[in-house]
Amino acid sequence: MFEDLSFSLEGGCALVVTGANGIGKSSLLRTLAGLVPLAHGSIRLEGGVPDTPPEEHIHYFGHQDAVKPALSALENLRFWQSFSAAAHVSGFSDGPVKPLEALDILGIGHTAQLPAAFLSAGQKRRLSLCRLLVTPRPIWLMDEPTAALDRVSETQLLNLMNTHLAAGGLIVTATHADLALEKTLILHLQTGDTADLPLEEAMQ
Amino acid sequence: MSPWAIALFQRDLRLSVRVGGSALVGVLFFLAVVTVIPFGVGPDLNLLSRIGPAILWIGALLATLLGLDRLFQADRDDGTLDLMLMAGRPLELVVLIKCLAHWVATGLPLVAAAPLLAVFLNIDPLAMGAVTLTLLVGTPALTLIGAIGAALTVSLRRGGLLLAVLVVPLAIPVLIFGVSSADAAIHDPVPFLTPFLILCALSLIAAVIGPIASAAALRFATD
Amino acid sequence: MAFWDYANPTRFLKLVQVVLPWLTGLCVLAFGAGLYMSFFVAPEDYQQGQTVRIMYIHVPAAWLSMMCYSIMAVSSLGTLVWKHPLADVSAKAAAPIGAAFTFMALVTGSLWGKPMWGTYWVWDARLTSVLVLLIMYLGLMTLWRTMDDPIKAGKAAAVLTLVGALNLPVIKFSVDWWNTLHQPASVMRMDGPTIHLDILWPLLVMAVAFTLLFFVLHLMAMRNEILRRRVRTLRLRAASAAHPRSAVATAQPAE
Repeated sequence: MFEDLSFSLEGGCALVVTGANGIGKSSLLRTLAGLVPLAHGSIRLEGGVPDTPPEEHIHYFGHQDAVKPALSALENLRFWQSFSAAAHVSGFSDGPVKPLEALDILGIGHTAQLPAAFLSAGQKRRLSLCRLLVTPRPIWLMDEPTAALDRVSETQLLNLMNTHLAAGGLIVTATHADLALEKTLILHLQTGDTADLPLEEAMQ
Repeated sequence: MSPWAIALFQRDLRLSVRVGGSALVGVLFFLAVVTVIPFGVGPDLNLLSRIGPAILWIGALLATLLGLDRLFQADRDDGTLDLMLMAGRPLELVVLIKCLAHWVATGLPLVAAAPLLAVFLNIDPLAMGAVTLTLLVGTPALTLIGAIGAALTVSLRRGGLLLAVLVVPLAIPVLIFGVSSADAAIHDPVPFLTPFLILCALSLIAAVIGPIASAAALRFATD
Repeated sequence: MAFWDYANPTRFLKLVQVVLPWLTGLCVLAFGAGLYMSFFVAPEDYQQGQTVRIMYIHVPAAWLSMMCYSIMAVSSLGTLVWKHPLADVSAKAAAPIGAAFTFMALVTGSLWGKPMWGTYWVWDARLTSVLVLLIMYLGLMTLWRTMDDPIKAGKAAAVLTLVGALNLPVIKFSVDWWNTLHQPASVMRMDGPTIHLDILWPLLVMAVAFTLLFFVLHLMAMRNEILRRRVRTLRLRAASAAHPRSAVATAQPAE
């Protein structure tokens, strides 16, 4: 899928992956998440928890919400809180948020006791975002994080992402929206025959 | 058990008991199968009581297998499976706990229903107890072996029938020793304990092989 | 959901509130009289002894199991043809009650059968038909349970109920056929000699009591189902509202 793709990212930085539809932004994120095996090359994480693979430091926020309609919003969140192992890394200082507080932060606190089936698409998306807050992990992989979110939630999301970066976390996101993130690298994916260098890095 | 395991167990149990869950459909299917067989073989009570243990076992086998297709598929469809792979928990244990929850929600009701259905088949109390005991010991093996099929067919839209086809051959030993130990309890000369212990062993083996094979199949399924 | 909040159900709930206490009282009286008559007045059978008294529970339960299905079939017709908002509530509420009566008929039947036939169960045509009926009730209940949206579930269940209603005579006929094919008429039947008046009276009173019991339970279950759907509506609104307090205020049921 990819050739000659290499980049490195340090704590407190966000990498925004851009490119045309179908170029492989989602595949890149899934590869980083360890869900697609690498054909060649390697993914290295420095300063991680010893004896733990990189994907266990990662929150993957993909197109699917992983929300069970039969469970209440709080039950959904509590499950992920206890099921996902936290990764405590030096240089990353974001503490865990309690499930109810996380729901409140994203403005869906009033739905805590309701079955998730009653939530709208945007609310489910926000419930899924809460997952990233209740278990601290330094790396966030976000595939189109603004999809199905309204203007207000988009700002909330941006605040969360900036807080995460300020705490020393990493974010890799594929998006079309202009996200006003503090320290950003842009990775632009192109098809191989039009550009010699598929990789273009720019500091903002 | 560690907290995450309990959380997973509770979640799966809740999902199967709540609206849209499949906890009691299996029992109903079991009842339907056991009711239908006399229409085929005739209402002769002596005949029914002789083949009763076999009917109960085949009913339980079918009910278990047909209820398994959503075991991993529901989690794959909404992206939960991806997150489970990244959660930092051993996938084999995750599978084992999911199977356990699934068995408590669907297999245990089958075991509980067996004595009632035994009445329909004119099985005498001793044999009724024996069949129920063998089902209690043997149905976990069916669930655990079936989980392999469920993991292999997780990405298929219509995996249910294929699952049954894949798993039925693997479940034959369980059926053989389940029925034979139930029969052994009825007909005196054969010892009950020999086939029964083999049945226990089969369940224990399935508890090892099932999760390992299912976890491997699930890892291949995500890409 | 406005339909649910403002149309018939509200008036129906008021009606239930008025009728239910009277109906419950009548039901208790009828049961008191019926049980007294069947246990102390009615004579014991010269062949069956005291076991004959099971009949006073068994026969009304069996009648009710049929009546309940008829009510469900009519309600289903109401759902599909007239689209009456209470019809599928009625059908859904009747299913568990019908299943309970059918189960009671089966259990009392097999308790009666043990001393008569020497076994709890024989694959007699009548018993088998009732068992098939029980499976249909349970299947319908499961269908309602598996669907989240009550309106959709109601329509699906209505179709199945009507198909079942058309099929029931065919099932009964085939089971009779199957049974006579295998078993020459050796099985003892409930309808032996012509019923004596001493037996008939308690039976009729018990039948009335059971029918009243059915209506009491059915009305209660319908009320619960309506309230359950209102709760569902309220929760849907509460979820969609950004500020829960205003949602509660607007969601008051209007008269």
